[in-house]
Formats: sequence, C-alpha cells, structure tokens
Amino acid sequence: MATMTVNGRELEVDEEGYLIDLSQWDKEVGEELAKSENVEMTESHWEVIDFLREYYDEYQIAPAVRVLTKAIGKKLGKEKGNSKYLYELFPYGPAKQACKIAGLPKPTGCI
Amino acid sequence: MADFQTPEFREYPAVPNVLVPDATAHLSPFVAKPNHQEQLGFPGELVDNWEEKAVDKMGDLLSKYRGLRVYLDSCVKCGSCTDKCHYFQGTSDPKNMPVARQDLLRSVYRRYFTFAGKYFPKLVGARDMTREVLDEWYSYFHQCSQCRRCSVFCPYGIDTAEISMAAREIMDHVGLGQKYCNEILGKLQTVGNNLGLPGPALAATLEEYGEEIEDDTGLPVKLPLDIKGADILLITPSADFFAEPHIDGLMGYAKVFHEAGVSWTLSSHASEAANFSMFIGSYSNMKKVAERIRDAALELGVKRVMVGECGHAWRVAYSFWNTLTGIGAGADPNDEYAQKLQKQLDPSVPQPMHICEFTHDLIQKGKLRFDKSVNDERVVTFHDSCNVARASRMGDMPGGQFIIPREVIKACCNNFVDMDPETIQEKTYCCGGGGGLLTDDLMEIRVKGALPRMEALKDVADNRGVNTLAAICAICKAQFAKVLPYYDFPMHMLVSTHQLVGEALVMTGSEQEKELLGEDADEAPEAKAAEQD
Repeated sequence: MATMTVNGRELEVDEEGYLIDLSQWDKEVGEELAKSENVEMTESHWEVIDFLREYYDEYQIAPAVRVLTKAIGKKLGKEKGNSKYLYELFPYGPAKQACKIAGLPKPTGCI
Repeated sequence: MADFQTPEFREYPAVPNVLVPDATAHLSPFVAKPNHQEQLGFPGELVDNWEEKAVDKMGDLLSKYRGLRVYLDSCVKCGSCTDKCHYFQGTSDPKNMPVARQDLLRSVYRRYFTFAGKYFPKLVGARDMTREVLDEWYSYFHQCSQCRRCSVFCPYGIDTAEISMAAREIMDHVGLGQKYCNEILGKLQTVGNNLGLPGPALAATLEEYGEEIEDDTGLPVKLPLDIKGADILLITPSADFFAEPHIDGLMGYAKVFHEAGVSWTLSSHASEAANFSMFIGSYSNMKKVAERIRDAALELGVKRVMVGECGHAWRVAYSFWNTLTGIGAGADPNDEYAQKLQKQLDPSVPQPMHICEFTHDLIQKGKLRFDKSVNDERVVTFHDSCNVARASRMGDMPGGQFIIPREVIKACCNNFVDMDPETIQEKTYCCGGGGGLLTDDLMEIRVKGALPRMEALKDVADNRGVNTLAAICAICKAQFAKVLPYYDFPMHMLVSTHQLVGEALVMTGSEQEKELLGEDADEAPEAKAAEQD
C-alpha cells in the first residue's frame, strides 16, 4: 500500500493518492494533497473543501457538481455559483480533484 | 498526470498509419483489490494454478457460447478490420488491430482446443497460457472498448467485443480483475448505483433539481423517487444525478414527463441504468444487477420501464432484459418474479422504451411545443453511441436508433449538421472511453482512441460551423468532457440530447410560454405547435 508523509505521520493512500482513512484528514494533510495536485490553496479553495467535507459528513458521498455550484453561489455570491469558477480553482475537475484534497474517496462511475 | 502526447490531427480523410510496434504495451489499468473481486464472486487474487484454471474457463465459455468458437475459428486474415479500430488509429500499435487483438486469445484457443494447435503449435501460431500472455491480455483487452465497429467491416461478422468480454471473464475467474469495473459493480450491487450515492443523498439531490426547474419555469416540476403506483419507472445512469452535462439531460426528461402529464418515478433501489457486467463478460453479475430493476419495478407496481441516456445500458435493456428480468417478452419460466413482472407491465407499449422514443412519440403527436430559437446560437451535431448504434434499435423502423435521436434534436434546434457518413450511424466511432475504459489510469488510451471522432468533429466545426456536440450516453459524455480540451475544443460544447429538449421546450403555463405569448399574443398556441411540424 502506498503512503504519504505529513509532518512525520505516515498515511495510507490508494494508487492515485486518495487518502484511505478519511478520519486522518486535517488541514495539513489537505495542503500536502493539494501539493501533489499542483494546486495552490487559497481561502477560496478552502471554502469549497469545507463544504465538501460538511456535505460528506451528512450524506456519505460528495455532492453532485450542480449541488456544489449552487451551494457555493448561495454562500459566496452568484458570480461564483458556476462550474467555470470551480474549474478555475480545481483544473482537473472539481469532483475528483477537490475530493482528493478534501480527503474524500474518489467519485466513481460514468463521470 | 501520465506523460504522453495528444495525437496530431491527420490529413482528412486519414491516410494509413505507420506501424509503431508496442506503442501502448505499457498501458495497463489498476488491478482490482481482493474485496472488489470477492464481492462479484471472483477469487481475490491470482490463484495458484491459474494457467490451468484459465484454460478450463475458456473451455467452459466455448461450451456455452457457440458464437465465441465460431469467431475464433473463422478468421481468414483478410485484413478488412485492421484499420477500423479507433485505438489502432490513435496509437498505431499493431496489437490494436482487431485481428491482432483477437489473436491474443485465438492463439491460446488453438493450443488447447484444436487438433493442429495441440500437436503442431508453431505451425498454427498457437501459444501456451503463460504469464507473458496473461499480461498481454490484461493490457490489450483493456484497450478495446467493445464498440464492435470492426465487426461491421468483417466479412464473417467476427465480433471482437465478444472475444474481449470472454478474455476479461477468464481473467476475472483466475483472480485478475480490473479495478474500475469491478469496484463499481460492487457499489452497484450494494448501494444501488455506480456512484455509491445513497438514497437520502439522491432524494436531496433530486429535490434541488426540481427547485431549479421551478425557478426557471415557474412550474412545480418534480423528480419523484420511490413513488408506488407510478406508471413509469425511469432507469437512468447515475451520472445523470451527479455530473455535467448529464444533469441537464435529466432535467430535460423531467420536463418532458411533466408536460406529457404522465406519472413517473425513479427508484433508490435501482438507481442505475449502467451494467458493467457486460463489459467484463459476466452473465451471473449481469443478471444480479438487472434483478435489482426487476425488484424495484415489482415493488413500485409500475406499468412501464423506461431507460435514460445511457449507451451500453440500452444494449443490456433492449437485448437482454427480457430474459434476465421479464421486462419484455421472454421471462424465464423458472423465475416467478420475472413472470410476474412480465404480466404486470403494459404489453401495448415497447418494454423497455428509450427516453428518446418517448419524446419522439410526443413530438410526432404534436404534444410538445418548442421555441427552437433558444438554441439558435448552436450548430449541433450528434454522436451515435456504439452500443445504441450497433447493438440495439429504437422505435419500430429499421435504423430507428439513428433517426429518432436526430429527429428529436431537429425538433428543438434549427441548425443540425451530421459528421462524415463514414463516422456515424452503424459506422460510428467510439468516443474512446467505452467498455470499462473510462478511468483516469487509462487516460492515454482514451485520448488517443478519441482521435477519429475528434477529427470528424473538427471537420464539421471548421467547415460547417458546428459548435455543439450532442450525445445520448453517460460514458460518451464523461469521456468527451475530459478529452475535448486535449484537442482544443471547449468542454462546454458537449450537451445531453435532452438538455437541448429541455432548453427549447415551452411548457404549458410556464414563464417561457408567457414570454412567447406576450411577444405574439395574437398567435394561438395551437398555431405555434402546428408551425413546428
């Protein structure tokens, strides 16, 4: 099993670097995961990550893209409530890349 | 990201590729974990005497599937198929020629199941089942999307997809499965869909989409879930709940149902149309997955089962649901539930029915009114999905699977252009991501395999002004969303077919209708409808 190291902590990840045990996640781990994706984290990025984790806590799955964009739009203003804004933050796609940084499992299926 | 070059566009129409042996021999998807395997009834990892087990399984498949033996026996190496595969065209790897892909399995078949191969293996190109052969299978049978384009050109009709499915079934049975397909099939059999989207999350998501439609139209359009006694059960790919532009297609179906005034429902137990069991050639898993749909239909007491925009699911539904589940004539006499369902469903309408057939029927009866002008900035072309095009039909006329989606698009868009005839309908190219290849670890083959479709698209984009690509398959949509940018197309040129429908549909009593009537108040709605015909 592959691992990643965060401040001396060894954490298990899968072949693509997604965290196996999401209870091990904290902001430091998020920073490290973001580095592996070449994403520089800003306040705007964390707003998305926080929402993803909250949603996952409630529903045990990441939100659908449209649910995410609507929630971001409500919280941060209409001009940010679209997938273009999310793709600017997470170029490889908000669903997969943001989930990885949030320590959530990779969404699967025809997406 | 893997390091590879997006192929250059070739001169159009393309000239034959210069061969590059082993160009994609390094490609091999992630292997399924023991728990993914065991959930599906396969060994967790490669078993000890796997060589023998693999040959035994091949024998088992040959005894069950007559077609497989015919395909393995009848190739005369005429060469007709060689340049017909999109993966060959995109990679130039000679092992991606359909005949070479078949030979990977055929050579082992000859060694163990033919007289000449048993006694004179070298003379007939027969090979022992070795680790090298197994690894080659694992690589190249995951560079086939089972799209069956090659079989259209084969004078004997040899179906490479059937061979590729058999190879994957053998590999699963010796403990070497593919992570993408098998992990997803596990989720489907436990949670009810490929995403692993639990019921409460699905309910909350659908409610949001209903609100969005209401905000837009002013009408209380619902996306109902688990409604007992509804007339129609819609089985749609779970990507329709989750990803863009799939979601817009789902909202399009909801609008059509609402406008038609029918009662319909989705099911949280069977919240998936996809059935990847077909990709891995597993009949037992295909039946298990299909039975979830049978159970949901019985539980909800519906009269009709309809299928959303999903390519391979429509093949499974159209060609196999009847015997697997009793949806359509042919229920297994020993399956009391399938028998019961067959009696429950309305025999006067096609079972199952494709959502495009339903919409098309309403259009023909003049029951849907469109404001085509909302799509006027679009010049639309349509991508025929391989499994719909070559493994099924829609409606009651030959070629209905080609005609109906195009008629639906033309009813709601003024500008429609087809791509090169050599690349559409029964000769359509795969999107590059079908057959269980739609995974990030196979991005290189996905991008390269998309080349012929992207070339045909570029041709109509450059010469006919096409700026919109409509699809009717969740895999095609997800694949195009990822690969379009590699070929310098904007991602948002991709749309769901029912997205176009939903955008142009003028629903009775909607804001859009008021606006339209305000503009030409003297024109009665009936006259407007007639004008669309």
